Amino acid sequence: MSTLTVDGLTVGYGDGAPVLDGLDLEVPDGAVVALLGANGAGKTTLLRAVAGLVPARGGRVLLDGADLGGLRAEDRVRRGLGLVPEGRGVVAELTVAENLRLGALWRHRGSARTAAVDAQYELFEPLARRRDALGHTLSGGERQMLALARALVAEPRVLLLDEPSLGLAPLVVADLLGVLRRTAERTGLTVLVAEQNVTSALSVADRGVVLSLGDVVTDRPARDLAADPALRHAYLGF
Amino acid sequence: MDRLVFLVAAGLAHGAVLALFAQSLVIVWRANRVINFAQAALAVVAVYAALAVTAVSGSWWLGAFAGVVAGGLLGAAAERGPMRLVPTHTPLPGIIVAIGLVMILQAGLAIAFGPEYQPVPAPLSERPFVLAGIPVLSPYDLLVLVVAGLVMAALALGFTRTSLGLQLRAAAFAPETARLLGVRVSRMITLGWMLSLATAALAGLLLVPTELGLHPHALDGLFVQAFAVAVIGGLDSPAGALLAGLLVGVLVSLVSGYLVAAAAPLAVLALLTLVLLVRPGGLFSAAKERAA
Repeated sequence: MSTLTVDGLTVGYGDGAPVLDGLDLEVPDGAVVALLGANGAGKTTLLRAVAGLVPARGGRVLLDGADLGGLRAEDRVRRGLGLVPEGRGVVAELTVAENLRLGALWRHRGSARTAAVDAQYELFEPLARRRDALGHTLSGGERQMLALARALVAEPRVLLLDEPSLGLAPLVVADLLGVLRRTAERTGLTVLVAEQNVTSALSVADRGVVLSLGDVVTDRPARDLAADPALRHAYLGF
Repeated sequence: MDRLVFLVAAGLAHGAVLALFAQSLVIVWRANRVINFAQAALAVVAVYAALAVTAVSGSWWLGAFAGVVAGGLLGAAAERGPMRLVPTHTPLPGIIVAIGLVMILQAGLAIAFGPEYQPVPAPLSERPFVLAGIPVLSPYDLLVLVVAGLVMAALALGFTRTSLGLQLRAAAFAPETARLLGVRVSRMITLGWMLSLATAALAGLLLVPTELGLHPHALDGLFVQAFAVAVIGGLDSPAGALLAGLLVGVLVSLVSGYLVAAAAPLAVLALLTLVLLVRPGGLFSAAKERAA
C-alpha cells in the first residue's frame, strides 16, 4: 500500500551538531519495522522530523515517492502519515470520545465518522467503557490505547509510534503490540515503531533497524536480530 | 427594598455586558494563552464602524451587524499581523505590542473623529418598566440581557457541541497533538481571535448607549472591569466569566447605589484581591492547570 522513504535526512537543534546526519531508511509497503537504539540515538528526532514537527536541515522524506518537504505536520497527517508521540499526547482536557472524534474529523464525514469511532471501540474494548471520561483520568495503559486508537481511526497509510511501551506493564504492552500487529496484517498498514523495549518490539516486527548516534548501524530481519546473540550483543548491548 | 431590587436589576444588565466582554478575553486566552491588552481599543474601532453604518443606514441593527463583522476582521488582522510576530514564550512582548497597538488606535481615532464624547442613542427606550411601584429594567436593559445571554449560550454550545468547537479546544489545549490529528492550528488561533473580537465589539456596542457615549477611550473602563471578571472567574472558564460578570455587575451597582460611584472600582479590586488570595486560579479554574 505505502512506502516511507527517508533520504539523506539531516536534522539538528539550534547551532549544535546535527542529531541525524544524512540518514537513509526505507520502510517498505506493509512492513512493520522496529527502530531500536539507546537513549539519544535519534529515534524520537527521526520520527518527529518525518512527521514534520521538527524542521529538516537537509534531505527528503517521501511517502509513496511523493516528497513531503515543505508540508506542515497537519498536512502530512492528511496525506496519510500518522504519529503517536512519546508520552502519548492524549488531550487531557477532552473526553475519550472527543479525542477519538478529533482523530476522525478530517478523514470521515457524517455517519461514517461514528462508524469509524465505533470500530475503534470494538478494537479497544476498555475505551468503550470509559468513553465519557476525561483524558487526564485515564491510566497509562488506557492513554496509550486511546492514542493508538485515535491514530488508527484516521486510517493512516504509514503509522509512526514513539515508545508505545513506555511506563506500561508487560501484559499491556503485549496486548497493544498484538493489536498493532493484527491491524497491520489486516489492513496492510506500514508501521515504524521506535522502542527501547527491544524484545517486545522485535516480537511483532518484520525488520529491526538499529540507530546509533544518528546513523543506521544495522538493518536486519527481526528474527535474526532477536535470535543471534552476537548481533544482539554488538548492536543492542545484551 | 425598592432600591435594592432596582440596583440588582440594573447590576445584572451591566453584569451581562461585563460577562460578554470577559468572555471575549477568555476566548483569546484559551486560543493562544495571551491576555489581549488591545481588546478594548480594537473593539472601540469596531463600535465606531458600527455607529457609522447606523448613521448612514438609519438602522441600529444593521450597524450592530457591521460592528460584529468589523470586530471579527480586526481580530484576524491583529492576530495575523502584529501578534503573530511576537515571541510567545514569555508574556511580556505580547503585552507591550498590544499596548503600542492601543496607543496607535486610540490616537488615530481621536485624530479622525475628535476627542469629545459623541452621544449614542439606544435603539430601545431606556425608561424602566415599573413593576408594583418599583422601577426595574428598561426595554434596552432587557435587550442587553437577552442578546448577551443568547450570544454566550451560542458560544458555549459552539465550543462544546460542534466539530469546529472541538478543533478550537484541541488547538488551544494541546497545539502539537492537535496538529498530529490534522487540525490546522494556526487557522484555529486566527478564528479564536475573530470570535473574541466580534464578541468584544458586541459588548462595547451594548455598553456605549448606557454611558457617556462614543469616545476613543469609551471601553477602557469596561476592559479593566472585564479583565477583573475574567480573572475572578478563572481565565480558562467560560461559565466562570458569566457568573463572575453578573456578580461584579451587581456589586458595582450596589456599591454605587448605597455608597458612592467612586467606590465601585475599589470594590471590584477588593473582590479581585480576595479571590486571588483564596483561590489563585480563580473561582472556576479547572483542577488541573496545563502550563502555558
